This record gives sequence, C-alpha cells and structure tokens, in this order.
Amino acid sequence: MSYIQIPTPLRKFTQNQASFETNAQTVGQSLHELVTQYPDLGKHLHDAAQKLKPFIRVYLGEEDIQYLQAEATPVPENAVISIIPAIAGG
Amino acid sequence: MDSPFSKAEIERYSRHLIIPEFGMAGQKKLKAAKVLVVGSGGLGSPLLQYLAAAGVGTIGIVDYDVVDDSNLQRQVLFGVESVGKSKVEEARRRIISLNPHIDVRTYNTLLSSENALDILQDYDVVADGTDNFPTRYLVNDACVLLDKPNVYASIFRFDGQVSVFNYVDENGERGPNYRDLFPTPPPPGLVPSCAEGGVIGVLPGIIGSLQALEVIKVITGVGEPLSGRLFTFDALSFQMRTLKLRRDPNNPLNGEHPTLTELIDYVQFCGVPHEEKEFEAGLEVAEISVSDFKNIQDQNTDYQLIDVREPHEFEIVNLEGELIPLSKIEQYVDNISTEKPVIVHCRSGVRSAKAIKKLQLLKSFPNIYNLKGGILAYAKEVDSSLPVY
Repeated sequence: MSYIQIPTPLRKFTQNQASFETNAQTVGQSLHELVTQYPDLGKHLHDAAQKLKPFIRVYLGEEDIQYLQAEATPVPENAVISIIPAIAGG
Repeated sequence: MDSPFSKAEIERYSRHLIIPEFGMAGQKKLKAAKVLVVGSGGLGSPLLQYLAAAGVGTIGIVDYDVVDDSNLQRQVLFGVESVGKSKVEEARRRIISLNPHIDVRTYNTLLSSENALDILQDYDVVADGTDNFPTRYLVNDACVLLDKPNVYASIFRFDGQVSVFNYVDENGERGPNYRDLFPTPPPPGLVPSCAEGGVIGVLPGIIGSLQALEVIKVITGVGEPLSGRLFTFDALSFQMRTLKLRRDPNNPLNGEHPTLTELIDYVQFCGVPHEEKEFEAGLEVAEISVSDFKNIQDQNTDYQLIDVREPHEFEIVNLEGELIPLSKIEQYVDNISTEKPVIVHCRSGVRSAKAIKKLQLLKSFPNIYNLKGGILAYAKEVDSSLPVY
C-alpha cells in the first residue's frame, strides 16, 4: 500500500479527498488508478500525449520522479507520492 | 568603539547579538543589506514586519494596490484606518514605527517588464510575495538576469510553498530557480488567486514568517538556506515536506542552451490574453447592466434569475436567484426558460458568462443575459446594503 497526497487546489476533482491509497507497482500506475477513480482530475495532470503537465510536479518521497524513472519509477511499500501544483497566492 | 550601531540599536538587537553564530557579524550584515519585498499583502505583512524588526538596513516595497476591507483578515500590517490608502505607504508607516533605524523605500507601481530591472538592481535580495503567475515569472527572470537571490513563497487556501531560488552557495554553485520547478504556468483560471479561491488568514502569517527567516539566512550566511529544496505545508493535515529541486538543463534562462536573455511579456506568457481572445472568439454572450436589471425587477417583469456561484458564496450574499453552480449548469439545462428573460450572475461576471456559453452549446436561449459585473456591481451600484466579498 502506498499513498498519493492530493494538494488543496486539485481536491475539487477528488471529492475533497486529501489522500488516495493504491497498491500499484509504479508511480504511473498509481496515478492511473487515481484518475480512473476521479476522471476529471486526469485532464489537469496529463496533456493529450499523457505527459505530466509542466505546472505539476510529482514526487516519490523527497525526489522528483523526473530524476528517477519518471512514471515507471517503482513504488515501495508505504511510500508517499506527492502532487505539487503551481500556486501563486500571496 | 568602531561600531555602525548606536546604543539604542545595540540594545534593540541584543537578542540577536548574544546568539554566538549570529552575533555582531550577522547584525552588521543585516544593517548593510538591501531587501526588496514585492507585494505587501498576506505574505508581505509578516515578511516586512520581521525584516524591519530584525534590522534589515534598507527595505524596498513594491505594490500598486490600496488597502481593502477584505485584506484585514490576513494582512496584519494594516488596520481599519488603512482602508482605502496606499499599501506601500501604510506598510512604510507601520514598519518605521516598528524600527526607526531602517531606510524604507516605496514603489507605488505595478512591477512590469519595463521597470523591474531598474527597481531590482539596487537590492541584494528579492522576496517574492506577489499574488499572480505573471509577476512570479517576472520576478524570477529579473532575479536571474540580475544575479540576485529570490526568496520565494506562495499560498493557496490551506497550502504553502517556500524556496530560495537562484542562490549561489559558498562554493559558487548556483541553485535552481522558479522555471526549474515550474517551466510554464497553469492556464488562466485553473488555479484561482486568493481573491477568487480564498486563503485561511493565518497561513500567510506562517509562510511569510518562514520567508523572512530565509531572507535573514541568505543575508547573514547563518544556517543552510532553502536552496535546491521546496518546503511545502498543508495546514489541514499539518503535513510538511521538504522536497529536492534540481536545475533543469532545458531551463530557457540559464540551462544548457539559454534562449531568454531579456524580460518578456509575462501576461502573454501566462496565457491571459489568449484566454481573452478565446473568450471573444467564442459564442456571443449578451450582457445586461445592473441598472437595467434593477429596472426589470422594479417593473415586475417575469424573469428567471440564475446564480451560478457555489453554495458557500450564496450563503454570504445573494439576490434570491436559483442557485445552480457552474459545474452543474449543464445538468439543469431543462430548468432554464427559453421564453422569459433569463439573467445569469456570479460574483463578478466571469463564471456566469462561461455558464451561458455552456448552455448555448446545448440549446438555443434567445433571451439569456449575463449580469455585467455580477453581484459585486449590483452591491456597488444598486444596493449598497449588500456585503461584498
């Protein structure tokens, strides 16, 4: 079991759920499970080519998956996947 | 005794001076430092007060806004007597009263590609507490072009982020900047501003205080500045994370093949004109002014009023319309009259225009109007007893 943390700006697409549990083996599969359950979230995470949008970062623990194996990065047990969106309030 | 400090200053700063790793050396660096704070709102409030109290010798403040009642829930620089007055002048008044030993310079202007380099160049450190994506990219790019560290913080509802961008460490290694984190901004409207989406009032107090801490660390060299790391805070779950940031070889400012050598049009970069064009190019949305709507109300004409805001906004203030939030408008298409006049409103008129477009794609509505300026305009021009938010 691992967990995806949903940031506040995207919770309107997850029925206000802050965390999503998944048993998927990779980060990409975990995100796929998430957007399968909450389809409206998908178009805000991925572009038409299924690439992560440039104003969204995905982390596994403290590391940006872009510097690991991107969405093929394996997810260890109890890992936390964080979705980090651009926010601009001040 | 050779000291840049008066007796009053030594006594004021004594709790810094007795910290062994801070001491007189750290305090002298603060006094010699020039810090520019961009934005004197929620983040700027704690930031300016702590930097002033700490003894930063020169503080610049950029903001073009005036204090509004809705600022007072979080912008603790200001009081009731500040409402309607220039933010930078009120901020200056407040921080000079906190510490008369500092120099405060104000820029009552919108930071733009035309003036940013001139304003930033006199400062050692820039602290970005602005409230929109175009200015964030502008501040970032200007800092990189001028070789200045950019202490960044941003907030939204219950989330906060802090980092130190473009920081060169003692080994000469330059850290990442905002474009390494987010190469391009989200499309307009996806991430609302605090004015549109709200923010819990104490959050900028927490995040702006961390930002002040990082400014002081960058100036004094005490500790490890948050360079190459992004601190995130979720106030709801009280989860804090410190994530690694790296420089992106594709960064157009200072990656392997830089293409940005001067400031650009950041409003265009952030897609705002594009959205307006899309808006203009799309379906026509007929508008009705609030005074014409009042005439319809007074004439007892049969009409239908649709409010497309959210239930929590309806609870704040409403015009007794039928509440159908924008996200659900298509489900209720058959509840909307195609015969009598239909007036659709929201807070300011943007969401209601979108709602009308969505409806017109499903069905023909020959007599549907967007209330221009929304309930804000109605409260301002027709019924001043209504609260605005």
